Parts: sequence; C-alpha cells; structure tokens
Amino acid sequence: MYVLVTYDVSTIDKEGRKRLRQIAKICLNYGQRVQNSVFELLVDPAQWAECKAKLLEAYKPEEDSMRFYYLGANWHRRVEHAGAKPGVDISGPLII
Amino acid sequence: MKKHLNTLFVTTEGAYLKKDGQAVVVSIEKQNRLRLPLHNLDGIVCLGNIMCSPALMGACARAGVSISFLTPYGGFIAAVNGYSPGNVLLRREQYRRADDPDSTLHIARHFVSAKIANSRSVLLRAARDSRDAESKSALQSTAKLMMRNIRAARNATTLDSLRGTEGESANTYFSVFNQMMSNRVKGMEFTFRSRRPPLDRINALLSFLYSMLTHDARSACEATGLDAAVGFLHRDRPGRPGLSLDLIEEFRAFLADRLVLSLLNRKQIQARDFDVTESGAVLLKEKPRKEVLAAYQKRKQDVITHPFLNEKTTVGLLVHLQARLLARYLRGDIDDYPPFVWR
Repeated sequence: MYVLVTYDVSTIDKEGRKRLRQIAKICLNYGQRVQNSVFELLVDPAQWAECKAKLLEAYKPEEDSMRFYYLGANWHRRVEHAGAKPGVDISGPLII
Repeated sequence: MKKHLNTLFVTTEGAYLKKDGQAVVVSIEKQNRLRLPLHNLDGIVCLGNIMCSPALMGACARAGVSISFLTPYGGFIAAVNGYSPGNVLLRREQYRRADDPDSTLHIARHFVSAKIANSRSVLLRAARDSRDAESKSALQSTAKLMMRNIRAARNATTLDSLRGTEGESANTYFSVFNQMMSNRVKGMEFTFRSRRPPLDRINALLSFLYSMLTHDARSACEATGLDAAVGFLHRDRPGRPGLSLDLIEEFRAFLADRLVLSLLNRKQIQARDFDVTESGAVLLKEKPRKEVLAAYQKRKQDVITHPFLNEKTTVGLLVHLQARLLARYLRGDIDDYPPFVWR
C-alpha cells in the first residue's frame, strides 16, 4: 500500500529540532521524500505498523502533529506532480 | 506469498552506491541522484564500472537484496548474497537428486519439454500474427516438428539423448527466427545463434536478456533456499549457475525471445543501436540498453494467471514460483514438478 506521511514539528527549542531530524530519518528509511516534510511510502501492512509505531514514539503530541493519508494499492491515479523535483516511481523501471 | 519487488539497474559508469539508514543512495559525481528504501527492492544489478560500499553490501545481504555485478553488456561477473536461507535438508536433497541419474533425468525432462512447448507456442503465436503466407506456413510446419520433439523429450531415456533433442529443437526454432519478425530490416537478420561474443544484433539482444533472466533465476534459487549452482540439465561447472540455467529454460522463449521480437517489430531497437567491434562482436549501446531494460521491467509487471497454481501473479514472479514448486517437489510435498507451460 501507499502511504503519505506529513508532519509539523515545533522547532522553537533544541528538543524540537532533534525530534524533527529523528522523524525525518524514520520516514527516509521507509519511503522517499517528496517535499520538505512530506514523504511517500510504499510499504506492506507489517512494515507500515513498524514505521508508524516508530513515528508515534518519536513525536511529542502536545507540540507536534502527524498526518497519514492512505492511498491504497491504486495510488498511481491518485498522485499527480507538477513543477520541479518530481518523485521517483518506486514500482516503475528503476534504471540510472 | 512472496511479493514482486523492483530491481534497481545501475548503468551509469562511475556511479557509487552507498547505504544511508535502511536505504540505498546512488551518487554520480558526488551528487546524490536517487534514494530508495531497501525493503522496496529485490535486487540491484550493476552494469559496468559501478562502485558499491561495503556497508551497503552488508545491509543488502541482511535485507535479502541480492547485488549482481555484470559487464556493461550483461555478462555475469559476481554477486553478493547473504547466508543461504532456508533449509540445509532441502539443499542436501537437491544434491542427492542431482547425483542420481534417474532423478536428474526425470527433472531435466520437465525443463526441456516445457522449453520446447513454450517455444512452440511462440512460433504459433507469430504464425497467427504473420501477414506473409510463406512465413506463416514455415512457422506452422516448424511448430509441428516441435510437437514431435516434445514427445521425444518426455520419453527420453538418457540425459544425452535429452540434450540432443533440446539442441535439435533449438536449431529448428532459431532457423525460422527471421520469419517471426513482421518487418525485416537490413542488418537486423538473424543468422545463427552465437554467443560469447554475439555475432549479430539479434544475438546481442538475446544474450543480454538471457543474462537478465539468469540474474532473476539466481535470486529466485537463493531466496527459495536452493543451491543455484547445482543443476539437473546443466552439469556442474565452476562459476556456472546450473540450476538458474535449468529454470530459465522454461522462460527463454516466453519472456526474452518474445520481448526481442516486439522490440524489433515496434522498431524500438534499430540497427544503429549497436556497436560492432573489430573482432566481430556486436554489442548494445548504452542508451538502447536502458530502453531494453525498461521494456523488460515493464514486461515483468504484466499480470498473468499461473497455469498450475491458478493464481494471478506478475510475470516477474513466475521464476520465483517455479523455484518454489521445485523445492516443494524435492521436499516431497508434491508428486511431481510442474514446469511453466505458457498457453
């Protein structure tokens, strides 16, 4: 399945900046960064459960917020990109 | 059930692959170009002069992602795999069967008869599509010959006669290969099957795709816990992945040959896409190579129903399923090995 993860992490203090880095790192391990705090993840349900648990462990509910959008298996027709830095289609041919 | 995961092909000379977190990063001239989580990948294929960090190799071995190093033209050089997974008992059983002439013959018969059956289907398919009456009848009569060979392969009593039948079928099959092309262009004729090196353009394409197929079959064997080096039809030879070669026999015509034909018929690949070296070897240029890889990857994502399991899968997963079926047969879970026969 395809999951879109977005977050807002408070960065006024040092702790917050640390959380921001941690959360970004977790997302990077599971998917690709499409915008600064927006990630697209191609995961199976087990991997998603793992990733979600890590994310919910790392964030601070009083100050930060996380949003998960479930795009399902037919996500190709639900995602459109315009402008610079187009993402990579992880299920398409990967040739570099 | 195993999922069909993607393969990353790296063809840019001088690219450097490194690990970052649980992902692989491709950097070219110190610029990060691509970042992919390892769990989305099944294998990484490096064509040409590609560097790979030890940390990445370790991470891939742990994550079950195989890395293969190939020459720019698809010749196999080396692979990095982790510990062989699965069961040592399964591998022992594989060795025992490979040492036993009767069992070897029994399994090899399946590979060969399926191979001939699948090339026959490709011939018949081309005959149906052909607009030229002469090629049509040539293809149909060759298909008839193949029917006889399938029977001969099923009833073969020795490995040598089986290999003889296989060789003869391959010769007759390739003798009408030109007839299967719908628009024939000068310089793009098939003469005879030549490899190491391929001597004409079509042979170059075929060899390239067969190498890709072998890479896939090899990882299928590894993932199933079979020893990719110990084959039944192909005898042991150092550095030769015998079982992978056995497994791809069923797929050569169905996957590679048909892809070559459609690339040529659609004029996606043309005579100018090749380099001819002084020794007579013909090699694919870099840009068309990418096109062939993309077409191959796309083909692997097509969905088909497995004739034996009666389940929908992708074409790319077929070789994995066959490896698993073979393992199940060796373990005694099923009575016989059902080869993949395309209908």
